[in-house]
Amino acid sequence: MQAFNLVIGRDPALMQIIRLSLQVSGLAVCLAALAGIPLGTWLGLRPARQVRWPALFIYTFMGLPPVLVGLLVYLLLSSQGLLGVLNLLFSPTAMVIAQTVLALPIVTGLTMVAVRGKDREIRDTAVSLGAGGWQVALTVVRETRVAIVGAVVAGAGRALAEVGAVMMVGGNIEGKTRVMTTAIVLETRRGNFEMAIGLGLVLLALAFVINALLYRLQGVNAD
Amino acid sequence: MFALEGLAKTYGAREVLRVEELSFPAGLIHGLMGPSGAGKSTLLRLLNLLETPTAGRILYRGLDVGRYGSRLELRRRMAMVFQKPVLFDGTVFDNVAYGLKVRGLRNPVVREKVTDTLRAVGLEYLEKAQARTLSGGEAQRVALARALVIEPDVLLLDEPTSNLDPHNVALLEDLIRGTNGGRGSTVILVTHNVFQAERLTDRVVFMCDGRVVEEGPTAEVFTSPREERTRAFIRGDMVY
Ligand SMILES: Nc1ncnc2c1ncn2[C@@H]1O[C@H](COP(=O)(O)OP(=O)(O)OP(=O)(O)O)[C@@H](O)[C@H]1O
Ligand SMILES: [Mg+2]
Repeated sequence: MQAFNLVIGRDPALMQIIRLSLQVSGLAVCLAALAGIPLGTWLGLRPARQVRWPALFIYTFMGLPPVLVGLLVYLLLSSQGLLGVLNLLFSPTAMVIAQTVLALPIVTGLTMVAVRGKDREIRDTAVSLGAGGWQVALTVVRETRVAIVGAVVAGAGRALAEVGAVMMVGGNIEGKTRVMTTAIVLETRRGNFEMAIGLGLVLLALAFVINALLYRLQGVNAD
Repeated sequence: MFALEGLAKTYGAREVLRVEELSFPAGLIHGLMGPSGAGKSTLLRLLNLLETPTAGRILYRGLDVGRYGSRLELRRRMAMVFQKPVLFDGTVFDNVAYGLKVRGLRNPVVREKVTDTLRAVGLEYLEKAQARTLSGGEAQRVALARALVIEPDVLLLDEPTSNLDPHNVALLEDLIRGTNGGRGSTVILVTHNVFQAERLTDRVVFMCDGRVVEEGPTAEVFTSPREERTRAFIRGDMVY
């Protein structure tokens, strides 16, 4: 109970953590969706044997351990790294980059599978009725939207739930890069179990709300 | 309208179509007949530029379609109703409007044409219904409306009346005749029904095992078929 009081008590530090979590993961998912849906659709519309290698690559990355992504992004952003001059390490931007890298293969891969699985007839019908390349792609996306929203949901879950990558590239700095998952790790280590549980519950509640919103987006009303 | 020269289509190692020479003169209703697996649907898909021939060529008004710059532009002069029509998720209106919208027509024009066409196929009362909820016969009529609304130069129909009751068969046959007579559209119609072919078509093409067995004016082919296979097919079909 104390856990809930702590959480609901509008503790400004806590609110900040929640806000940052939502901002980082939200932005990462948006970026992943923006890139992943078109890319996945494009891949899904090509003949399977033409995209065997990219597909394998994406499937592998779908299961990539977050710490590994954390390490890669860390190396990229560290002072000796390719993007070291930007000085982004231990900033929320670095966390967004890491989570985008984590969510992108999921959104892309699941979109690709959904588009590929869609009946060939849908495409033929669109083409036959005079749709051009873009119009065909848009039609297929519209017909596949339930599964594509599912892909985004899975990507969002991945971003919101992971801790390894944000820990490494964000550094869990209080008031700057601390998010819910890293705060849970910290509070647990400190023995503040109530706080950790409270944060866990908030995380769960947020996941529920986000999924409820996305579910509406699927427009599951035809049945 | 179309002329085929040495046209062949192969799937894997199997040749499913080989037509040395065949033409579909403009402005007529052509029947395409033959047993299951004869290659009728394959031929329609080739004409609609949904498949590329393995060999040979298709001429559209004397133009080699393989060399023609834009397949899209060419395809937009035709409309096809598939053997198993697929309707898009959305309302009946959305479905019928699709071909007009992708051609960039303005909304008021689209509305008017769609309404008229739905009335013509007797489905105006279903305009707002979800396409997924339609019966087989209703769906087939929506698919036909979706093709007719385009007012194409070529109408390719793959057994468009197979799911319909006699009243609606008559209705659609009138519509097909009207499109052909009114707009001068060339119609190529796949049908298993000899009576329908007699009622509707000016010429028929008999196919078997991917080859054209016989073709000519409908009355001629039906009253005095030259080929034994054609005769057998007509006799067999007379059973129903
Ligand atoms: N995509 C494909 N891959 C492999 N084989 C195919 C493909 N499409 C058609 N075929 C084969 O080509 C042959 C001709 O098929 P088609 O659909 O043209 O026949 P049809 O004359 O329309 O028959 P039906 O009257 O039963 O509709 C069939 O044996 C079919 O199995
Ligand atoms: Mg067929």
